[in-house]
Amino acid sequence: MSANTSRFPWNLLVGFVLSIALTLLAVFVAFNTDFSKSIILGIIGTLAIFQALIQLFMFMHVTEGKEGIINVVNMIYSVFLALVIVFGSIWVLTSGHASMH
Amino acid sequence: MTSHTTTPLEYKTQQSQMNILGFWIFLGAEIVLFSTLFASYFVLEHNIAGGPAGGDIFVLKDVLIETFLLLTSSFTSGLAIHAMRNHDKKGLLIWMIATLLLGAGFLYMEINEFLHFIHEGATIQTSGFTAALFTLLGTHGAHVTFGIVWISLLLVQLVRRGITEKTSSKLFIASLYWHFLDVVWIFIFTFVYLKGMVM
Repeated sequence: MSANTSRFPWNLLVGFVLSIALTLLAVFVAFNTDFSKSIILGIIGTLAIFQALIQLFMFMHVTEGKEGIINVVNMIYSVFLALVIVFGSIWVLTSGHASMH
Repeated sequence: MTSHTTTPLEYKTQQSQMNILGFWIFLGAEIVLFSTLFASYFVLEHNIAGGPAGGDIFVLKDVLIETFLLLTSSFTSGLAIHAMRNHDKKGLLIWMIATLLLGAGFLYMEINEFLHFIHEGATIQTSGFTAALFTLLGTHGAHVTFGIVWISLLLVQLVRRGITEKTSSKLFIASLYWHFLDVVWIFIFTFVYLKGMVM
């Protein structure tokens, strides 16, 4: 590394270790606990959201730059669209609405 | 970090700032693209048409190796950008090459996994479940492949031109793309593999 190296990238290392830990925790919850299936799905889904937030904030620095707030609003809106598409499709196509006469 | 006191090189020009903002908006569109593939998968995952279900063909060990390869490559591309901001061309190059190798390792695992699926009688034409599965995984894998080619070409530019306002902004954008692929994989890992093996 060059002479003007700034400090060690702790935020990256912490994000990496947390990602590995959350992955292993999700595997543990999925295979080694006696929770009901819907509770397991809720827990591992929450862990996945935390991992995505780690990537966004600790690795991608979403709030960085002059347009940081625009990035955040754009990401929130995209996630909103994704949720509408996923849950809307499941609701309309698998909850019996498609088979009603 | 020096980035807190001075503007990083990749944000120096108005054009670079606009490119980075534009790429974030593109990533928003990518989120919507993958959400449609996830939606198709969740709708079709129980339609196995007499073929294998997820729990029959997923192998936890291989999936975990893929996950750790991609998580580590996301970390190394973060280290590459950290090196870039310290004007450390050699560090940037080494960490980006490490990222590419880990990405190639991921692709190797994924292609073997596809061959395993086909060997187990799950081709893209077997059922609604396998069609949605191969489309979702294949789209992600195609993104990884594109990322490897893209970053390789950027590294050629880096070697020739050094860390400039232009090369730094391009590599920064490529690193955003790479982290994004890891985000998509986290959801595939959780809602395709873990869910498929437990439910």
